[in-house]
Amino acid sequence: MSMVVVRLVLSRIAIAILTLGFVSVAVFVGTEILPGDVAEAILGQGATPEAVAGLRAALHLDQPAHIRYFLWLGGLLSGDPGRSLVNNLPVAELIASRLPNSLMLAAVTAVVCVPIALTLGILSAVWRGSLFDRAANFLTTSIVAVPEFLIATLAVIVFAVRLRWFPALSYAAGIISLDQFFRLFALPVFTLSCVLTAWMMRMTRAAMIDTLRSSYVEMAVLKGARPMRVVLTHALPNTIGPIANAVALSLSYLLGGAIIVEIVFNYPGLARLLVDAVSTRDMPLVQACVMIFCSAYLYLLMLADIAGILSNPRLRHR
Amino acid sequence: MSADQTITAVAAPALPRRRFRLPLAGIIGAGVVGFWVVIAIIGPYIVPHDVGALVDDDLFGRMRWALPLGSDYLGRDVLSRIIIGARYSIGVAAAATFLAVFMGGTLGMLAAVSRGAVDMALSRFFDALISIPSKMSALVVIAALGSSIPVLVGTVAVIYTPGAFRIWRALAVNVNALDFVEVARARGEGTGYLIREEILPNIAGPVLTDFGLRFVFAMLLLSGLSFLGLGVQPPNADWGSLVRENINGLADGALAVVMPAVAIASVTIGVNLVIDNLPGRWSSTGEH
Repeated sequence: MSMVVVRLVLSRIAIAILTLGFVSVAVFVGTEILPGDVAEAILGQGATPEAVAGLRAALHLDQPAHIRYFLWLGGLLSGDPGRSLVNNLPVAELIASRLPNSLMLAAVTAVVCVPIALTLGILSAVWRGSLFDRAANFLTTSIVAVPEFLIATLAVIVFAVRLRWFPALSYAAGIISLDQFFRLFALPVFTLSCVLTAWMMRMTRAAMIDTLRSSYVEMAVLKGARPMRVVLTHALPNTIGPIANAVALSLSYLLGGAIIVEIVFNYPGLARLLVDAVSTRDMPLVQACVMIFCSAYLYLLMLADIAGILSNPRLRHR
Repeated sequence: MSADQTITAVAAPALPRRRFRLPLAGIIGAGVVGFWVVIAIIGPYIVPHDVGALVDDDLFGRMRWALPLGSDYLGRDVLSRIIIGARYSIGVAAAATFLAVFMGGTLGMLAAVSRGAVDMALSRFFDALISIPSKMSALVVIAALGSSIPVLVGTVAVIYTPGAFRIWRALAVNVNALDFVEVARARGEGTGYLIREEILPNIAGPVLTDFGLRFVFAMLLLSGLSFLGLGVQPPNADWGSLVRENINGLADGALAVVMPAVAIASVTIGVNLVIDNLPGRWSSTGEH
């Protein structure tokens, strides 16, 4: 790798870290505009002024905002984002109990989606304008345009209510057999996969079409290479960068989509923890969960850009 | 609202008066969207039952002549609740989109015309803002301020402002580089005049398309929030809230769960069909 590439990648990482800093300020300011006093809210109306003052000091609420921001950021970075306002459990513990479930859901969905989406995307690029391409285009446009809970509810009605193949809810508690594992994950993964596949397929198709329009592909076609060979040996190697970019970008959809899916199927993941925290206004928990989601999002965007940089042959062979 | 009227009023004379034929899919889409807009406006005058009235002894009752879509989890008329829900689903999303496009559009054109430091500062700021996923921003604000219709409109408007800014700026930068803008600038026209008279009429088509797309995003986000119980609050209900409150009927495949979700899908797909079938010069893909 040349110095240029190293410098580009390093500066992309630096931008990601700076952006994450901005996001942390935005999240902190956003959650601090809460009208009213947290200490009073916790202790209720009957609290003595001394008790409120004591709790304010314990929560550092008597400090100015910028000091509190750095205290909070330091806590996050050292793995101690404080305690929940609702049940006084450490936020880190609450998150640790949910994060593996969410990662599991995301991993299973990614493993299912990536091969399907890439195959379909490449095929519809190769056969662009065909009936298959137009049908796929209509289907993906529609899936992307409807709310996730419509897909989830239709999936439940078809697979759980009518066909009785899978349970409508999923509980990932205790030791479960492989068969149970499959049955529990089937519907949440199906719902997420529909949307994720649609996004990924559209982006893959666009990336592939871009390459297929290039002059060296035209050259390969003109010299008489068979269509399959043109796609696999001439076009595909040069599309890996853009496709990796598309995969990383569409995986970032999982973060938002998981929120609805975890609620519909009562899945004990991080997103449901966040939604519960928002409805009970449990600020330390909201802040920590949102920071995890935003970091994951920025990380995926960064990977997408780095894939783009690394795959650019003009930079690689300088 | 008046801002939007000025946009169309100024835009109209600049566009070539060519008649364009919308393909069939586009006409269907426009028909569906138009239908729902009319329903949203005349809703209260045509509801067969009061939205809060318990009209059925059965919960999740079957469809029949008096209750064409059956009854919901309390025995209320689903059709009436969907008709009234249209006001919230379409109204809140449209208000938020107007606001987002107005703010993002104004700042985007300002950035393009001013160039230099103003452009730089605004672009960096909105780039940073766009790096927060939309659902996360919404959840943070709702956690802090609670959920009410003004908060929802404001939050969703701020969330989609950076996207609108980017597109308007990109389109305006292209026009800004053309000779007739330079001529106007050399004439000594002010920034306001350049934006209003030179830039706006020439980007009106693509930005209206962008408005439609942003409306779809806003509507999906809002219905998602309502579905989570964090959007429009009871006793009012938009279509997302209707799905949420009737989710227990899912096991029976009740229409009370499915129909509101289908209503959302019909609007968003309808808008998409219109946008996809508009003539090329209306396309907003100049962004890339």
